Amino acid sequence: MTTSAALSAPPANANGAEWRRRLRAALPALSLALVVAAIAWLNPRAISYFGFTLMLNLAIPIALATMAQMFVIAGNDLDLSIGTFVGFVCCVAATWLHDAPWLGVLTLVGCIALYAALGALIYLRNLPSIVVTLGMSFVWQGLAILLLPKPGGKAPGWLQAIMGVKPPFIPFPIVAAVVIAAVGYFGLMRTSYGAILRASGGNALAIERAGWSLLRAKMTLFALAGAFGVLSGMALVGITTSADANIGNGYTLLSIAGVILGGGEFVGGRVSPIGAVLGALTMAMAASPLLTFMRVPPDWQVAANGAILIIVLAARVVITRRGSER
Amino acid sequence: MTATFQTLLARPWIWSFVGAGVVWLAAIAFTGGYGAGGMLTAALSLSVFTVIVGVGQMFVITLGPGNVDLSLPANIGLASAVAMKTMGGDDRLVIVGLAAAIACGLAVGLANYLLIWALRIPPIIATLSASFIIQSVDISYGRGLQIKPPPGFADFTNIVVAGVPMLAILTVLFTIGAGIALNRTIWGRSVVAIGQNQRAARLAGLKVEPVRCATYALCGALGGLNGALLAGYFRGANVDIGNEYLLASIAVVVIGGTSVSGGNANLPGVWGGALFLVLLLTMLNTFGVSAGVRLLATGLIIVAVIAAAGGEKRPR
Repeated sequence: MTTSAALSAPPANANGAEWRRRLRAALPALSLALVVAAIAWLNPRAISYFGFTLMLNLAIPIALATMAQMFVIAGNDLDLSIGTFVGFVCCVAATWLHDAPWLGVLTLVGCIALYAALGALIYLRNLPSIVVTLGMSFVWQGLAILLLPKPGGKAPGWLQAIMGVKPPFIPFPIVAAVVIAAVGYFGLMRTSYGAILRASGGNALAIERAGWSLLRAKMTLFALAGAFGVLSGMALVGITTSADANIGNGYTLLSIAGVILGGGEFVGGRVSPIGAVLGALTMAMAASPLLTFMRVPPDWQVAANGAILIIVLAARVVITRRGSER
Repeated sequence: MTATFQTLLARPWIWSFVGAGVVWLAAIAFTGGYGAGGMLTAALSLSVFTVIVGVGQMFVITLGPGNVDLSLPANIGLASAVAMKTMGGDDRLVIVGLAAAIACGLAVGLANYLLIWALRIPPIIATLSASFIIQSVDISYGRGLQIKPPPGFADFTNIVVAGVPMLAILTVLFTIGAGIALNRTIWGRSVVAIGQNQRAARLAGLKVEPVRCATYALCGALGGLNGALLAGYFRGANVDIGNEYLLASIAVVVIGGTSVSGGNANLPGVWGGALFLVLLLTMLNTFGVSAGVRLLATGLIIVAVIAAAGGEKRPR
């Protein structure tokens, strides 16, 4: 990928531009490395098997929700309901999936189908996804409250067992993150239909003229978002063991931030699954472990999230400013 | 007569008022006509707050695709705390407090624009990042804040003249002013022109960036004003006081017939959309449904209304 770009570019001007492009591509990894370095400096003991297992505890559901958001953003849409959807899935997993597994599985599959239907609705009526998903966020929250009016329920034992796996040498969250990134990377970046999906956000007209169904592409993207949202909710409830209707509310913003930190852009189908997972890990680590070690009072932790986003975006601008003007 | 009727039907905003009327009728049919007037008075009082931020959001959305202010809830929360602290429960400081709240919102709007302009990032992510920071400032600044609004100010926000709240009358006047600004000023026409085609607007010599800056600043200032009024109406500031206005401000704009992709604003629709949303909640409350059903029904109806209204014609 990199070599072909380097070969085709004229050599004189290419070095600077190529260097910038690589730096920009490395930015998600650099931000994560910076956060880890800061934690290592503030508290060396955190850099250990158990340290990472604890710090990255919630990184798996965040990474899965970020992947879900990434599929939606790849098609130039935005899902403002993913947080409450994850919360609803948690409630289903902690009640029906535990008490009546078949009903639970059926509901979760139905959720994915509903996501695909939403994609179809958004495409066919040409609706603004922001408004539709904002409305849906109320629907999921309402359903979650109806299902579980009070915090409680119990996650199925097998789910808790999966989330409690302790592989040798490498902490489970890191293994899971690598798997999620690999699945996303090979699925969306290395398959031919993945290229069609990304292109449906990049140049819809060209894809349509080439004979591909944009409706099918949109439905696939939303169904994938629904599927990863389901996985995110199941992972979350596997960790927390019981659910609450509001448990996922913060995930909408975290997932958008993760995609953007990972180098994704809102338009043009430009997303990066590996970057998105790195972005999610950065948000998960920066969100509380780093700030706790830095003795940032809880009041200001939300602000620190915003500041991290702004700093990374500013760094991106500095890198690309004199490079290729868009 | 039929001609006027048909031109009226062709207006996109008429449907939001029709919707508002239908839910009102459904609610009073349930109560058997009891409290029909009171319901309207209450709906008008609550609609005011949605209309004020809705108008700001409408101007921002009209700027074109991707333009939206997600920092309104945090902005409203902070401004409500600023207003209550500045007023300090003293009737003589009401004007100062209102000015402080508006200035606070204005600063938020300018900061939003600065992020969009300097980082060249989509407004969604800029206002989102800004809202994180504003929220923290508010939590830290407004911690344990239990200052009541000055009695005169609290009474003022609750005055009802012949069944019509005083604030609603003032807000109608404000909406008319906003309509003049939209249709008769260079700034208003520029906002619409930029929304239709930013490149064409720039090539035509319009000052695109100053207009965008002014629009975000206006939306922020209206958020600040709304925070102060909400704190007066609900007898105190609160970090979460603005939370519901994220969905509400965007929903009323869209339900009211303003184009989400920009370039086509619709002011009367903001009122129609606000009345529809408030009356919808009133209706569900009248039916005595649980919180879960209320959320579910609100969400489904919003999605249904948007789906029925449909989006832009797809360019071929």
